[in-house]
Amino acid sequence: MNHPRSPHVEPGSGTVERRRFLGYLLAGPTLVAAAQLGVEPTRAAAAVPSVPEPSEVYDLNDLLTLAATPTSNLIAVAVHPDGTASFDMPRAESGQGITTVAAMLIAEELDLPLDRINVTLADARPELVWNQLTGGSNTTIAMYAPIRVAAAIARGRLLKAAAMKLDETVTRLTPHLGVVRAPDGRTVDYGELAEAAAGRETEQLETELKPESEFRVIGTPRNRTDALEAVTGRKKYAMDLDVADALPTMVCRPPTIKGTVGSVNNAAEVRRMPGITDVVAISTGVAVRGRTFGQCVTAIRALDVSWGPGTVDGMSDEDVLADIRKAEIPLAVPDVDPLAETVEGEFTFHFRNNAALEPQTAVADVRSDSAEVWAPLQSPILCQELVAEQLGLPVDAVTVHVEQAGGAFGRRFFSDPVIEAVEVSRKTGKRVKLMWHRVDECRQGRTHPMCTSRIRASLLGDEVLTFEQRHTSVATDYTMGFGEVITAMAGKIPPLGQGNELVYSDTIFLTTVNVPYKFGAVTQLLNEIYEYDTFPSGSNRNLVNPDVRTAQELIVDRIAAKTGKDPYRFRREFVDDERVLAVLDKVAEVGDWGREMPANTAQGITVHKEYKGAIATLVEIDCSPETVNREIRNAVTGPRVTKAVIAVDTGFAVNPRGLEAQMQGGLMDGIAQALTSSLHLRDGVFLEGSWDDYFYTRQWNAPLDVQVVVMPPTTGEPGGAGELGVPSAMASVACAYARATGTMPTSFPINHDALGFAPKPTVPPLPASPTNGLKYAY
Amino acid sequence: MPEHTFTLNGEQVTVDVDGDVRLLWAIRDLLGVTGPKYGCGINVCKACTCHINGKAFNPCSVRVADVGPDDEITTIEGLPTTVGEDLHPMQQAWLDHDVAQCGYCQPGQIMAAVAKVRQARAEGHEVRDEDLDEIRNICRCGTYNRIRDAIRSGAEHM
Repeated sequence: MNHPRSPHVEPGSGTVERRRFLGYLLAGPTLVAAAQLGVEPTRAAAAVPSVPEPSEVYDLNDLLTLAATPTSNLIAVAVHPDGTASFDMPRAESGQGITTVAAMLIAEELDLPLDRINVTLADARPELVWNQLTGGSNTTIAMYAPIRVAAAIARGRLLKAAAMKLDETVTRLTPHLGVVRAPDGRTVDYGELAEAAAGRETEQLETELKPESEFRVIGTPRNRTDALEAVTGRKKYAMDLDVADALPTMVCRPPTIKGTVGSVNNAAEVRRMPGITDVVAISTGVAVRGRTFGQCVTAIRALDVSWGPGTVDGMSDEDVLADIRKAEIPLAVPDVDPLAETVEGEFTFHFRNNAALEPQTAVADVRSDSAEVWAPLQSPILCQELVAEQLGLPVDAVTVHVEQAGGAFGRRFFSDPVIEAVEVSRKTGKRVKLMWHRVDECRQGRTHPMCTSRIRASLLGDEVLTFEQRHTSVATDYTMGFGEVITAMAGKIPPLGQGNELVYSDTIFLTTVNVPYKFGAVTQLLNEIYEYDTFPSGSNRNLVNPDVRTAQELIVDRIAAKTGKDPYRFRREFVDDERVLAVLDKVAEVGDWGREMPANTAQGITVHKEYKGAIATLVEIDCSPETVNREIRNAVTGPRVTKAVIAVDTGFAVNPRGLEAQMQGGLMDGIAQALTSSLHLRDGVFLEGSWDDYFYTRQWNAPLDVQVVVMPPTTGEPGGAGELGVPSAMASVACAYARATGTMPTSFPINHDALGFAPKPTVPPLPASPTNGLKYAY
Repeated sequence: MPEHTFTLNGEQVTVDVDGDVRLLWAIRDLLGVTGPKYGCGINVCKACTCHINGKAFNPCSVRVADVGPDDEITTIEGLPTTVGEDLHPMQQAWLDHDVAQCGYCQPGQIMAAVAKVRQARAEGHEVRDEDLDEIRNICRCGTYNRIRDAIRSGAEHM
């Protein structure tokens, strides 16, 4: 058996004793190997900011129940008689490429071709407690060891079964691409071994993992395993599911944020409209169920509803900003040499929408004693528990299927579309396929909260003595907790909002922000206003750092100018981390930092470190009048980022091609957040209602020249990728804009103040679909 | 209820629905062809891009009453058969360049790309940067650069 207890190490031979990992062989008809998720404290702690002590929020009995189930936290890799392997991943795939990463890890340790590995998304598994939350760019960090351990144990079992079958010793056998080979050339396929290798009873086993030097899959660029489905239209999202009788359902929503339903004045009439089966008032509006979504839109437009007030009626951007300013914590007067100079700045960041392209969708089937839902969810355990509470059912009577998401960006932490679908299904007694209209997403969806960030730095000669940052924000709803209803409850401890701020907001702020420069005394503080649910808020592809770091980097450029130094050379001198220095140098070199630039154009260069990684971004921006003023129908043009060079060090890139994709996407978000994407609050409603007024980066805004340099491995352990690219991209665009125009921007996005569109009406809440589509055929 | 007949991916289909219903919902909700995606319903996100008689258009903004038996509608599902292959060259280019992230916009992007290449050629040139700048399809994951690279590769085999 391939099971050496203490590998013999020759002194001076250079051999290092390999780490051994514990896993499980599970009893079953076919081979299933497993490993525990979230048991390595160093990984869990770094990836997820500290959660409240379980004892504070958890009933002792719950803990005992969990403790009695030693295998409850397992993730499992199965090998089937057809020679394939499968893994039901307790995470949400929404474009980050984590199913591909998981398949690569299995392929490596199991020595099986990628195309024989099926990775699916697991239903809600409440026993995982907070280990089924997809966020914080944490999936690869958390899954890297457990998936490999499970796959390695499976390989060990296959070899053992092959040894029996071939009458050989394990050490003479070689597994390769799904086949075990004996020295004499005889082979046996994994599929033929799957049943023989199965566990008769569940047992704990030890295994080693492949050393990096033997990697053939991990660390190599691979295409996504779900790409064929995506390009053929076969990839299914919740909205594409064929659940019998789950008819299209939409909600007529109030004209102000979180408005309430007073009375529905023509429900009977609307119910008789073509295709419509049901009209029913729910907590958030009036639901309409019908044969097609198009008929639902028409019916919603015909509804006559008297609406009650919302949570922010009458309020506009300037009112929120005034409230933020009142709550700002004063900047200290630095106690430094009176000859020190001060550099200050105050920056405003407006509301932004998560704006995943696939709108919120949920399929629900509520029965008297059970419920089943299908939805893209970053936090499915919490969803399951909320639905159980909503229906008064035990948690195990609720099945929550996690569907692939058409983007998430933080929005799908929140289960509100599922709660709505469940309410409609319960009230109508029918299955529903509920979808939000795009307008609903903009106007009643989650927003990244408006905030200000103020900075005061003092410098003397070549030294930065102090660097203070005060961040003040509309409360961010963190009550999705870490995916589990009990931790989520800590966010709702009365008085409302305080629990959220103390438990989550402050923790997240303090564990994610930093100033990556050697700047003497550094302080960073957060203050929040309003209750956690005054606005429907949430984090939006990266938590606070796009704003926090953009403010910092603009001030760093000012400090550099004061000291007479070039932005790159200044940063070179002050960055506090070797990995950051390396990526900074790389973008300066590849991006030809300091090259002669025409008038109204400029370069910007910034760095960032988070998620165990380091990144630098160099951009070039064109702010010339002919570019800024170019006209495109129903579109925002403005300054154009013409080039971007990104160097990224995640410690170790499991899939460099996927990492490059995440950096490209992060760049587009950074461009949008710096230049074009925001929501305008006016009289209690956001004015934006679709993609023709919520201006996410489009082809005509995207740089033509984008280069991503994936640095060679440094730490040997993978870091996060999904959100890492955004802060530095946004900051570099802002810095480049300041240099190109000679004016430091202080309000983001830079086009926010000029409203570039005519707002859509709020009553009826949805626009009619046009009928002139053929006119634009090309 | 009125019946509406058109050709969808090479097959004649008939839907029995009010003529004001937009074609997208006839295709998705009544015929169960789900490649074209909903992203806005007002012809701005372009996620539902399909072809009508070989030209790109958005069925969210065309009434089912406004297409007839002679109109050939092609969705992403029907694109490969227009070239008699398992995959259209543009789909293959999408795979080669590993374009898709969440994938939601990609059927529409590919349909737009094929039409854009044809449009450029009808104007007597290959796709240029300024043509690609005109593509209105939103990719919220930000795959724009790989889309551009893939369109150029796909065009070489079209």
